[in-house]
This record gives sequence, structure tokens and C-alpha cells, in this order.
Amino acid sequence: MGDFLSVTELTKAFPGVLANDHINLTLHRGEVHAILGENGAGKSTLMKLIYGLYEPDSGEILLEGNPVHFHSPRDAIHAGIGMVHQHFMLIPALTVADNVVLGDEPGHIRYDRKQAEEKVRSLSNQYKLTVDATAKVGDLSVGLQQRVEILKAFYRKAKLLILDEPTALLTPQETEELFSIIRHLRDEGIPILFISHKLDEVRAVANRVTVMRAGKTVATLSVAGTTSQQLANLMVGRDVVLRIEKQPQQRGSVLLDIRNLEVQDKDKHPRVRGVSFQVHAGEVFGLAGIDGNGQFELVDAIAGLLNVFRGSVWFDGQNITRLSPGARTATGIAYVPQDRQVEGLVLNFDLVENLMLRDFRRRPFSRNGWLSRQAAVKYANDLIQRFDIRPPDALRKAADLSGGNQQKVILAREVARDPKLLIVAQPTRGLDVGAIEGIHRQLLHLRDLGKAILLVSLELDEIMSLSDRIGVIHSGVLQDIVDAKTVTREKIGLLMTGSRSDEGARILSSDIQEVRKP
Amino acid sequence: MSILTNPQLWAGTLSLATPLALPAIGGTFSERTGVVNIAMEGIMLIGAFFAVSFSYWTGSPWLGLLAAMAAGALIAWIFAWAAIRLASNQVVLGMAVNIFGAGITAFLLNTIFGYNGTPPSTASLPTITIPAIKSIPVLGWFFYQQNVLVYLMLVLVMASHWLLFHTRLGLRMRAVGENPLAADTLGLNVWRLRYTGVIIGGVLSAIGGAYLSIGILNSFDVNMTDGRGYIALAAMIFGKWTPFGSLGAALLFGFASSLSTALQGNAIPTDLIAMLPYALTVLALAGVIGKSVAPAADGIPYKLDR
Repeated sequence: MGDFLSVTELTKAFPGVLANDHINLTLHRGEVHAILGENGAGKSTLMKLIYGLYEPDSGEILLEGNPVHFHSPRDAIHAGIGMVHQHFMLIPALTVADNVVLGDEPGHIRYDRKQAEEKVRSLSNQYKLTVDATAKVGDLSVGLQQRVEILKAFYRKAKLLILDEPTALLTPQETEELFSIIRHLRDEGIPILFISHKLDEVRAVANRVTVMRAGKTVATLSVAGTTSQQLANLMVGRDVVLRIEKQPQQRGSVLLDIRNLEVQDKDKHPRVRGVSFQVHAGEVFGLAGIDGNGQFELVDAIAGLLNVFRGSVWFDGQNITRLSPGARTATGIAYVPQDRQVEGLVLNFDLVENLMLRDFRRRPFSRNGWLSRQAAVKYANDLIQRFDIRPPDALRKAADLSGGNQQKVILAREVARDPKLLIVAQPTRGLDVGAIEGIHRQLLHLRDLGKAILLVSLELDEIMSLSDRIGVIHSGVLQDIVDAKTVTREKIGLLMTGSRSDEGARILSSDIQEVRKP
Repeated sequence: MSILTNPQLWAGTLSLATPLALPAIGGTFSERTGVVNIAMEGIMLIGAFFAVSFSYWTGSPWLGLLAAMAAGALIAWIFAWAAIRLASNQVVLGMAVNIFGAGITAFLLNTIFGYNGTPPSTASLPTITIPAIKSIPVLGWFFYQQNVLVYLMLVLVMASHWLLFHTRLGLRMRAVGENPLAADTLGLNVWRLRYTGVIIGGVLSAIGGAYLSIGILNSFDVNMTDGRGYIALAAMIFGKWTPFGSLGAALLFGFASSLSTALQGNAIPTDLIAMLPYALTVLALAGVIGKSVAPAADGIPYKLDR
């Protein structure tokens, strides 16, 4: 058998859920095999079974034809399985070399740092994973940190590499670089398992794909000859709409007017520098940028959560620069913050309390300082029905809901107040294809009703499919505002990295084509 | 400033820095592996008491020192068990050790040695003046008639630096204090490394206590550490969780104490100078003198879910 890894009838149950239900999977030498599935489809459980973090209830894992039983990741590492976790297992305070060799350091009592650095250098040459062995990991970009993780696997003589949602935190350019690394490794004969819920990426990098749904393997297909739509339907189990058709835009007057805004963080570092733009009624204005370039500080300042250092914020013809967040809400601004569990909801409160959070001071929710629970429950039940929040139980704690439903609760709370402007930050982070579709429909529906929507997202696809106009921010500076109908991904990707000149664009885009060659 | 050329000022600085530097480095070991340790005060007291007792019973101050180290290791081991195995709140535990240390030593002093305290015949560790150093101008002032533990302390500072930053064990200890989950997935034994850090810390703190009871003196008094364990905590933070940094901070604090002694009877109120270490610590924590960043996983218990 030419199979490097084969998994037969693997089953793992947790109390109440059959997380993996008779899973079958084969991985050939020299292929990139994608595991595609929504959150909760059982991808992570399968990987944890292969990596020894869980032990299967039944079924078998064969590595190079021999059955293996892993009791811990150490066994798996020892057998030659390398895994790059979605959340990196790195120590930011230590150097690249320290991180790579940790647990199996050269030297006896003394740690031979020189030799460690030398080994890392030769590994990074061998696998074309360029990174400075002496740099502190905390100082590296996310893309480089990921290379350190891959080096860690190869230092431990990995013969198989598992990449768990490896592009979740990468920029488009870093993603392309990762893909060329993956192709290089594949050509070196290293089989790769690539876990993802992103259709385009699977199609771009994988040879074969196994689709998982509700704990089962639904199909294994060769990527050549499948369409994104086919894969999406298999993954969700019904026909999904990948890119929602937008109604023609009915653009109204200017609602939000940002003039030369400057914002500093708490350490007095400038995060937003001289940003100006306008958002009209009936349009979605997308703000694209790599994480940490000031986009979230910008919307926090518009919502009134951060102080404006210089410049002004005008809303509906009124200067609101010095208004408190509460007063801004009253003028018709609603805000869906980026971290729904920390900033958006009080997880330990039930839905009744969460849904009236903005208005508990007002009638009918309170009278003379006394809360009226009855009115709040009625209101909550009404919203739960209108926004299809599941389970439809107003007395549940917000913590008990799935991510998609938590997001619906926040949207319901904000939208029900009938705002003129809705600011949404990362509205679909970590959600399934199905849930994303629902949120996207909701946002476009609001746009068609004539609301202004300011969308901030790290997902370029989301920005491109929803926005009418796109502003790209890099180190706090608004690089350009482009028309979403005509702009290309590459153009936005370049603006996100701060290169504005056409010369730079030409050079970089030829680079991209270079790495795109399969 | 004739006071600055007074040899006693400098000898005092080094002498007073010793019982601060030792527990500060002890705390550094503990916190580098991720266990917040504010128990130095209590461990010092226990070390001080057992040092005197065993020096008296055996007639050998060296055996007293060994007994102090053993007692320090034992109490640190219990602390570690509760902090690591039971994942209890480390600050509360540290306070408990401090209160326990003060109580048990006062109780034992009364029960064993009675009203008069430890006998005056108890042997103490020798003081050494190295002739070669004595004649060097400024250095000679520092090392004039210092206790053997002062020299040991300086050796320990260098040894600790080497252990933490140049050995495989040290790398692993620091890794566990920064990201125990990552260390665990690489096959490191997080708990054992943390035990190691806390127990080394306990031994060093106990030596610091022994310096007070059988180094400078040859007796034990109730609560004789007089808050030095807490100042050591400040020295550890001020020294950015490094052995040499801790020594530097301890010397600065030792200088402030020594200066306030030397200035007695002068116009400057000595209380103001005695305040200096605390003011410096507040400034250090406020980030005025460079940022002092604790190990990332400091104080967070690591639970195994297997």
C-alpha cells in the first residue's frame, strides 16, 4: 500500500455527542490532503485523535501500514507526526532557536545555543523556511511565527505535517507564501493534512479533499474538477449561497463624516493618523486592513470608547466628537464590537438581560429605578423570534449559545433600536458558512433599508462581497478608498501592506504570480 | 562628602544587600517557572530559626546552615504542592506561609529556648577578609570583614545566572514560566520543573534567613527578618527577574539602609532615606526605570486535562 497514513472506522464519543463517527481517511505520500468542514463537524477531534491528544473509542490508525496507538502527543511526535496548531504553541520571550529545540536541546548540562542556532539554520535552508534563528519570536510577524512552528515539527523529524486552520491569522500575501512552502514540502515527498473551512484555499493548495459534516466523512474527492459550490453544498448539507447577490445601491446623504481623525492608545502611541472618510445612508463602507493597523481603534473612537486626540466625528450633521458612548447611541449609532464574548455580551447574564443592556434605564424596562422584568422578558422573546435565535429560550445564559447565535443576540439588540448607522467589527469571526450567510443577509438587508453600515473585518472576502466602497488602512493611515465593484484582491492586498505606488504594485504582483505557479 | 569615603558605609551596603539578594534570587527562580512567590519572608524566618537551633545543638554553624536549607526546601515543597498540585491561589498561599513562619518560629523559640531566647554561646559563621582584596581601594571597603555567606551569595548570583540562562534546565524552567502548554506539548514535565524552581527558591531564601541569625548575629529574635522578604520581592521585580538585576537592586536598597545608618545625627532625617527602597520600587513598577515584565505565565496554575 502506498498510503502513508490510513484511518479506518475511527470513532470517538463525548457525553452527548458522537464527535467522530466511523471516520475513514487515507493520505498518500506526496499529497496535500484537505479536511474540509464547518466548525463542530469533527475536524479538530479527528486531528486530536491522530495527534494523540485523545484516544479513539474504536477504529484504527495505520502509519506506513502499521497500527499505532498514541497515548499522548509525545508518542505521535516520536512516530513522526508534526502538527502546527491554529493557536501557536510558541514562547514569545525566547528566540527562534530556543523555541525550535526546546525539549530536545543540544548540549549536556550546558545548553549549546550555538549548535541549536546552527541546526535551525540548516533546517530552514533545507525546507526553504527562511527565518532568523536568533530573533525573538515575539518580534516576528504571524507568518514567520508559523514557520517557526513548522521548523519545530521538522526538528523532531516529522514525516507528516498537520496544519490546523493555518491561514486563519495570515494576510493574503503571507497565505500565498505559506502555500508555496506547502507545495515545496509536498514536492519533497512530505504528506500534508490541511484542515480548513475555507473553500478557496482548499482548492488552491490541496490535491484531494475529504469533506466532514456532523462527525462523519461525507466524501473524498480529487480537487481538480470540483467547484467551490459543490464543496460548500457537501460541507453544509444543503444548497448554500456563497456570494449573496446585492441589490443595486440606493445611496443617500452623508451620515457619518470623519474629519482628520487621530487616536492614541493608552500608551500614547498614535494608532489612527489623520483619517478622513464619509459613509452614506444605504451603503456598506468596508474597512480592510491587517490586524493591528488601527482599524479597531478607529471604530472604537467613532463609538466613543476611545478618546479622539485630534480631528472630529460628525454624525447626521452634528459634531459628536465629545459625546459619551451612551449619548452617541441615542443619536442613532449602533455598535457590534469585535469580541462578542468580551465586549458584546455579558456571558453570565441571560438573554433577557443581554438584550435590554442598552435600554435598561428607560421605560418600559425600568420605572423610577426599579427594573421591570416582565417587560424585558416580553421584549426578549419578541427579538428571539424575529432574529431566529436558537435555542429560543430567553432565560438561557448567553454563554450557553453557539457563536453564531451569540452574534445574532448582539445584532438583534443593536438593530432593534432602529439605528441610522451600524458599526460592525468582525461580525462573522469564527462562524460557520451557514451562520455567515445569515449574518451577511441581515447586513445587506439593513443596507437596502437605507441604513449606513461601517464594516471592519480581517476577512478580505467578506469585505469584498459586502461592501460598496472599501477603505484600506495601514499603520493608522487610510491608504485609499476604492470601489468594491472594480477593485482586485491583489490591489487591496498591496494597499494593506502599505505599498501605494504603482511601481511597488507591479513588482509585488509579479511575485505573487511567481508563487502561484503550482 | 566625607561620608562617601567612610569604609563602613560600603561594607554596610554589601552586608545589608546580602539578605535581600538571596531571597530575591530565590523568588526569581520560583517566578521564572511560573509560580508567584511572596513567601520569602516566612521562609527566611524559618531558615533563620533552624540555622541558630542546629548551630547550637551541633556546635557547628555549617550544620546550622544545612539545616536552614533543608527547612527552607521543606516549606517550599509544601508551598509548591499546594500551588502546583492543588492549583491554589499563590498570593494567598504565600501570605499563609509568611504568617505561619512568623508564628511557628515565635512558638518554637519560646518552647525550646524559653524566655531568654537562644543562648549567647551559639556559634556563628566566620567572617573573612581576603588580604588581596583588602588593599584594593574601593573594593577593599566593600569586602572589609564580611561574613562567609556574603561571598557565597556572590557565587550563587553567578551560578544562578548560569543555570537560568546557559543550561538546558534553565531554558526549560523559563519556557514553563512563559507558556506551560507549549512546553507540555513538547514533552516537558511542567509540574516537576515548577517544583524545582520553587524549591531552589526556598533554599536560597532560607540561606538569606541564616545570614541574619548565624551570619551577622548568633541569635534568633521573633520576627527578626523585619520585612526583608518583602523588600526582596521588590528587588526581584526591580531587577527584572534576573539574578544580576536582583543583586543590583539589593545593593541599591542596601546602600539606602546603610546610608541612613551613617547619616544618623546629621541634618537629613534618616527616615526619609530609609524610605528610598520603597519609593524606588513604586517607580520601578510604574515603569519609570525601564519596563519590568513578569514571566507570561507567572501566577497561573497549569492543569493537566489528561
